[in-house]
Amino acid sequence: MKAEPDTAPALRLRNVSKTFGGVKALQSVDFEVRSGEVHCLAGENGCGKSTLIKLVTGVYTADPGAELQLFGQTVDSISPTKARALGIAVIWQDLALFPHMTVAENIAFDEMVGLVPRLTFGHRYKTRVQAVLDRLNVPLNLETRLGDLPIAQRQIVAIARALMGDARLVFMDEPTASLTQSETDSLLAVVRTLSSQGIAVVFVSHRLAEVIDISERVTVLRDGKLVGVYPTEGMTQSRLGELMTGALLENTVSAQDRSKAEPVLETVGLSRHGEFYDVSLTIRRGEVLGLTGLIGAGRTELALALIGMKPPDTGETRLEGASVRFASIRDSIARGVAYVSEDRLSLGLIQPQSIADNTSISVLDRILNGFGLLSPRRQTELVCHWIDELAVKIGQPKDAVSTLSGGNQQRVVLAKWLATEPRLLILDSPTVGVDVGARAGIFRIVRHLAEEGLAILLISDEVTEAMFNADRVLHMADGRIVGEYDPRTTSVPELEARIYA
Amino acid sequence: MSLRDKLNAAFGAETLPLLVFLGLVFLAFSFATPLFLTGANLRSMAFQMPVLGLLTLAMLVPILSGGLNLAIIFQANISGLALAWVLIQFGGAEAGPGAFVLGAALALLAGAASGAVMGVVVAYVGAHPILVSLAMMIFLRGLGEFLTRGGDISGFPEYMNVLGHGSVMGVPVPMIVFLVAALMWHIMLRRSRHGFSVYMIGSNIQASEYSGLHTRRTLVLIYAISGMICAVAGILMAARFNSVRVGHGEALLLVTVLACFLGGIDPFGGFGRVLPVVLALIILQALSSGLNLIGANQHLSTAVWGLFLIGVMALRWVGERWRNKRRRGT
Repeated sequence: MKAEPDTAPALRLRNVSKTFGGVKALQSVDFEVRSGEVHCLAGENGCGKSTLIKLVTGVYTADPGAELQLFGQTVDSISPTKARALGIAVIWQDLALFPHMTVAENIAFDEMVGLVPRLTFGHRYKTRVQAVLDRLNVPLNLETRLGDLPIAQRQIVAIARALMGDARLVFMDEPTASLTQSETDSLLAVVRTLSSQGIAVVFVSHRLAEVIDISERVTVLRDGKLVGVYPTEGMTQSRLGELMTGALLENTVSAQDRSKAEPVLETVGLSRHGEFYDVSLTIRRGEVLGLTGLIGAGRTELALALIGMKPPDTGETRLEGASVRFASIRDSIARGVAYVSEDRLSLGLIQPQSIADNTSISVLDRILNGFGLLSPRRQTELVCHWIDELAVKIGQPKDAVSTLSGGNQQRVVLAKWLATEPRLLILDSPTVGVDVGARAGIFRIVRHLAEEGLAILLISDEVTEAMFNADRVLHMADGRIVGEYDPRTTSVPELEARIYA
Repeated sequence: MSLRDKLNAAFGAETLPLLVFLGLVFLAFSFATPLFLTGANLRSMAFQMPVLGLLTLAMLVPILSGGLNLAIIFQANISGLALAWVLIQFGGAEAGPGAFVLGAALALLAGAASGAVMGVVVAYVGAHPILVSLAMMIFLRGLGEFLTRGGDISGFPEYMNVLGHGSVMGVPVPMIVFLVAALMWHIMLRRSRHGFSVYMIGSNIQASEYSGLHTRRTLVLIYAISGMICAVAGILMAARFNSVRVGHGEALLLVTVLACFLGGIDPFGGFGRVLPVVLALIILQALSSGLNLIGANQHLSTAVWGLFLIGVMALRWVGERWRNKRRRGT
């Protein structure tokens, strides 16, 4: 491949359609990415984003009639090998890295493997690996085992691996889905570095704030069709959300004064060494209390203390006036405290098992028959009731919960805990990996639950989420509650300034 | 829902193909030798299978929970030894039925206790079940060989013959013991809270704990029950061979794992049912008995078992691909 004029776009697709057994995943979509541009691909789950990426990278073949131009050259057909040779790299959500190998081995992987076995000499590839990391401007120890790195740094390794293969067009599929705010910031810095070096980046993300922040233009897809291409300058989150869902989203402060209601949970001076200190808070009936702050502030640790997973060292917890001390999560469930984990994949749900079993797991004693055995009939009744109640979209209750979208999985988690009839519901980052339209649905449920008298602790990374959905917002930093804000009198930028100061 | 879907829902998707396999094996041997489809052969099969069957049930639940129990054979041996010790104390061949009941109780206790110890270590120390059960296996073997000086203990009362060689209405007593145990296992796994927890723990123990299941208690119970059913197998072995020797049945250890995998138990835990495993056991027994009848070498039947497992895995792979293709096509 010879160098092409800089004016040619890195990628130009025209009239691309893809049909899977009668279902149109994409319908005559046009898509263009300029060289050195950060371009976002936005849309709800199932809108065709992944299909589009897979067509460009040769995983799928487009229906006849499509035109594909890469770096100014018309390409008739494309295979994964050819795509790589042309300088296209994809960083999938699961990263496809090797946890037991070192950072350097992972980055140089494509060079080290081949059909012919050969000896590899460490120093030779290591200098090249180091050069790539220098280009990205991130310090990483080459000898660290990949599995020992946090997800954020594994992302960097995946990017470096793509650059080793001289990528000029990099697709990133929801790279920030499992990252915290500060990790996201450093990843976005790396993306900017790439773009400044003339590498085009196509960025897929559910987090609208970050889409607007990082990209120059955004292409919006809905139901397999192109909605439009928009410059992100002047774009607002709610406008982008509307484009993606085709519906108006309520992004307004919903806070109300609940200070007259009786308290459900009160903590006094709760501390756990190395995690949080002197936490005193009150959550009242019908109240949604927001808890935000940087990652590592001790928010999740506090939640785990409240449910008895990691009991506090000192301090008092009162539940509806009575002092409690939970020794295990079972104690807290029995007393009406439920916890929706931030890690839906590995803690919130048992992914390979059925929707029915995941829904009933917390209330097995309620679906027993007269002999003390589980009653399939009662289980079905319970599951159907909650699936209706929370409008979960499922195939059959016996399907694995992993077959559901993020939003529907989160509804199953809610169902599982609401079935225990809790008094206090702790939601730890409930919208991680949930797309925009589905988020609104989750928060409608949360608001409804609060109105029915449930006390809710809403932990969130995203300041907007806490401000729009909570009645009061606490700011936690370095394990301490450092401020309380009323969303009706505090603006989002004001609180953001405090948090990121 | 078609009849096939209903069958699959009731007994697990593995059942139908295994039934077909079973039919083919029976058909093939019936053509090969007139001796196969006779009452005598079927009865002898029904006498031979239960010990392996009970040990397989002992292996099954730990595998479902994402673990393994390598100590099953020596748990059975030690339990048999406990029974033998009590019987000898009460006069060996002259010991009364009361002594047998006491001995059996002590055997069950020995099995359950050795299992519970493994369960406690797995649950609270967090050591891998392979390591823990390997350690238990070596400990029990050493202990047993020390106590018996490596020899046989024999001379049991006459009435124990009923347990090992008797029949009720034509059905061998060992077979009845096994079928009752298999039914109990089926109910335990599909309908009890303990069984529910076994499956969930097998898929993701941390998420199970976060969902409020008693994960540690469940693990202890899994290994204790596994040890208990080993004890039943040990008692049955004592009755069948009229002797107890540490190391009896050692070759069965890996066959129990084979039977579990043939029966569609997920090697990584979380999925699998009892009925297909029972079918797999019958197929293994039929293969072994049939080959024996047509005069094949005993070692050959072991080789055929291995081939059979490879064949089943290949067929499952083909079936999976076919199903995926069909799903994509519609």
